[in-house]
Amino acid sequence: MANSIFNEYKNKLPKKIIEDIEKELPKNISSSKLKIILEKVYQEYLNSRVEPGESIGIISAESIGEPGTQMTLNTFHFAGVAEMNVTVGLPRIIEILDGRKLIKTPLMEIYLTKPYSDGTDIKKIAQSIKQTTFKDFIEEISVEITEGIIKIKLDEEKSKGTDVTEKRLNQVLERVLKGYSIKKQEDTLIIKSKSKNENLGEIYRLKEKIKDVYVSGVKKITQVLPVKRNDEFIIITAGTNLKEVLKLDFVDKTRTITNDVFEIYDVLGVEAARETIINEVYKVIENQGLNVDIRHIMLVADTMTFSGKVNGITRYGVISEKASILARASFETPIKHLINASLVGETDNLKSVIENVMLNQPVPVGTGLPDLVTKIK
Amino acid sequence: MSEIYLNGKFIATTDNPKLLLENFTEERRKSKVHYSVNVFYDDDMDQIQIESSNGRVIRPLIVVKNGQPLLTQKHLEQLEKNEITFSDLVRQGVIEYLDALEEESTLIAFYEDELTDKHTHLEILPLAIIGLCTSLVPYANFNQSTRLNAGSKNQKQALGFYVNNFLVRMDMDVNLLHTPNFPIVKTIMHDYSNYEKHPSGQNVVVAVLSYDGYNMEDSIVINRGSIERGFARSTYYRPVISEELRYSGGLIDDISIPDKDVKGYKSERDYRFLEEDGIVYPESNVAEGDVIIGKTSPPRFLSSLDEYNLATSSRRESSMTLKHGEQGTVDFVLITENQEGNKLVQVRVRDQKTPEIGDKFTSRHGQKGVIGMIIPSEDMPFSASGIVPDILFNPHGIPSRMTMAHLIEMLAGKVGALKGQFINGTPFDCEPHENLRKELHSLGFKENGTETLYNGRTGKQYRAKIYVGDMYYLKLKHMVSNKLHARARGPIQLLTRQPTEGRAKEGGLRLGEMEKDTFVAHGASLLLKERFDSDKTVVPVCEECGLIAIHNEFKNRSYCPICGENVSISNISISYAFKLMLDEFKSLGIYPKLILKDKY
Repeated sequence: MANSIFNEYKNKLPKKIIEDIEKELPKNISSSKLKIILEKVYQEYLNSRVEPGESIGIISAESIGEPGTQMTLNTFHFAGVAEMNVTVGLPRIIEILDGRKLIKTPLMEIYLTKPYSDGTDIKKIAQSIKQTTFKDFIEEISVEITEGIIKIKLDEEKSKGTDVTEKRLNQVLERVLKGYSIKKQEDTLIIKSKSKNENLGEIYRLKEKIKDVYVSGVKKITQVLPVKRNDEFIIITAGTNLKEVLKLDFVDKTRTITNDVFEIYDVLGVEAARETIINEVYKVIENQGLNVDIRHIMLVADTMTFSGKVNGITRYGVISEKASILARASFETPIKHLINASLVGETDNLKSVIENVMLNQPVPVGTGLPDLVTKIK
Repeated sequence: MSEIYLNGKFIATTDNPKLLLENFTEERRKSKVHYSVNVFYDDDMDQIQIESSNGRVIRPLIVVKNGQPLLTQKHLEQLEKNEITFSDLVRQGVIEYLDALEEESTLIAFYEDELTDKHTHLEILPLAIIGLCTSLVPYANFNQSTRLNAGSKNQKQALGFYVNNFLVRMDMDVNLLHTPNFPIVKTIMHDYSNYEKHPSGQNVVVAVLSYDGYNMEDSIVINRGSIERGFARSTYYRPVISEELRYSGGLIDDISIPDKDVKGYKSERDYRFLEEDGIVYPESNVAEGDVIIGKTSPPRFLSSLDEYNLATSSRRESSMTLKHGEQGTVDFVLITENQEGNKLVQVRVRDQKTPEIGDKFTSRHGQKGVIGMIIPSEDMPFSASGIVPDILFNPHGIPSRMTMAHLIEMLAGKVGALKGQFINGTPFDCEPHENLRKELHSLGFKENGTETLYNGRTGKQYRAKIYVGDMYYLKLKHMVSNKLHARARGPIQLLTRQPTEGRAKEGGLRLGEMEKDTFVAHGASLLLKERFDSDKTVVPVCEECGLIAIHNEFKNRSYCPICGENVSISNISISYAFKLMLDEFKSLGIYPKLILKDKY
């Protein structure tokens, strides 16, 4: 009985709304009442739709742009032991909307699975994620010019509290140093070339290379900061590596995120990237105490991702996909667009706003959209 | 080892910088080194900086040794008797000039009784820490520094009696206040700067109250009676200058009434004020478009044909007319010669400016505002003794700006006006406001300066006591009559056929890119089109090649320069700027083909 009524509205209402109604409905509702409810919802749904010809693009642009003028230009600091910088405000918004591949302050929020999220061994877990290099475990590294050897003095204090052992360090070294012999003398390692004619420059370069050899943790994660949020412990990191972090077994794979849109796009796909754009932009706007309707940001995120990949709002991104030559030429580097268009003989169909403003014709939005058609006999 | 730098260039080193510093200042005080040379020892960098370059601001201070100023009573007596001068004191090392850098290493006492052993200098006068304009602000030490900056900036724009020989001068764009006053509340700087010789404001009665919202957001309400009695009237002078230029070939401009066959001849009416010599007669009332100096110039390009064609002299009209929106009375005519020996005519036009809504006024405390309404005297509030204020100042201007001196000046002005004497409002050395309150009380007024006022229209008593006092108000040179501008139709630019820009050219008011966006956002498509059709044109387009065709008005026929006459040509309506862009494309080597379709 109820199903037949729902079926009637299947094509009128989105699936999500119908599901919501089904969930909230009392068990024994009469079909007449259900009909009234569905009709009311349908009317409400119709009312909330944007009318044809509404210039949502410009309205979104103005709605984000106007409060944007009040945004501050500073970065703020994370309070805590390991202080972290986070780009916020206008620079961050520009960064997201431009679709920058390299963002200024990449960071992750790593959620943990049940036993770990209570805070057991949180410090140890955090440390195990952090990327360490060889220089984090040594006291001194020096080059003996006369003998052509590198002396490394290990610092046991520094490896305490981590699961990095001296053996592990030796293994790492051996892997990097092919064609060199490693000898241990008391607490120092002596590295010597197996071949006789080793030049000094090579040794110096090797010394620098040893310092940056990867030892443990997740690559690219440079800082970790355990934080308590809503009764559970999470780890905030500077630097992101979503792919590797999601492989760890103590990580809650459903909630762990990064603020790097492109990384999300690579690992989780466009829809996730779109969601990230919305969340990140909204976070900045909220942070500044401004009030922008989320649908404006959703529209921007949609235009950035509808092609299946992430495009910035730049002349290389979204603008380059515009159909109109004149519209493209009116936004940065006009001559490039005009010449390329003339080389292939492009046609501008004057279907959008800017072109028609240039020609002094009615723009096809609002009252300019509908046309009258008369049949002349 | 400390490094020594002279004007930023390394010159030497020393092991004992402190001693060097001491000796150097000692030598300077003995006049063995010029007084404008300054030294500074930078502790952190361990450097001595000696500066003798120009462009540094230096200021004089009294030298203090062992807590005693070197300037003694004897010096002062000698100064008074003109036995010594100020420069003698500098020469003797009693007074020394410091620049910003050397000042860093000193401890300067503000008043003499503050002196301790640690002090190195004493201010000649506390007033010396502020500049000339700022020291013209009475009770300035009661104001916020930002207000002082604003206040002294405003004073520079005030109308006044700027020079004594204004009658024989030909200044561009000057104003003269008609009946300037010397301020009742003055500072000693008013005396020192001969302010009574060139005053720039008037003493008025100010009441702090709002009036029907006509003085909100920093505007002021002004009494029409005060204006009719001559308050803030000024004369605006502007010269019109013309010169008989010489051209190659012995040709010369001619200042005279142009003949009717001259190219560009205006109309007989426009030349009606000219005398036989081609110059207006003094005291004629001229308005926009009227010719002030009649002049003709030789033709611009002498083609070979014209030389034989003596019949058409074809001289150009190049008279000086009064520009758009101007009017006035011809005040003064000057005929002379310039350096090159060319005849030069200067005509000064004067225009009396009566205060009107939109004219800018200010007190001396950065409390500027424009006239919001002129109220008839009988509708103004009045006090029991019959005093009607000249200006109504909005109380909302006070709390956020915290210009206490504004309030104190009103109090002091009231006392001064009632007693018939000037009040000393010198910053840091003024008549204390406690005294003013007592004086006011003894004069029979409420000691806090408030009075009972009555509504001018209903006669009812105001429920609040109103703060009333006398103030020195300045009329600023920004007057609406010089700025007001609107346009419906008017001149256009030759290249783009869009309206000209700016008031002087009777230009249009630009509807910019962001304004355009708001029209789009509202979906007001046709309104947007109408707003942007200032350069609308109809052009014939060849439907064959899509380029702009030619219309022969004489034969009433259109043809395409490429495809000839046997093609269909349609008229389309586009903005001229777009047509211009198509032309530019062509010059780029791009073929902009228009494809025409019927819209419906």
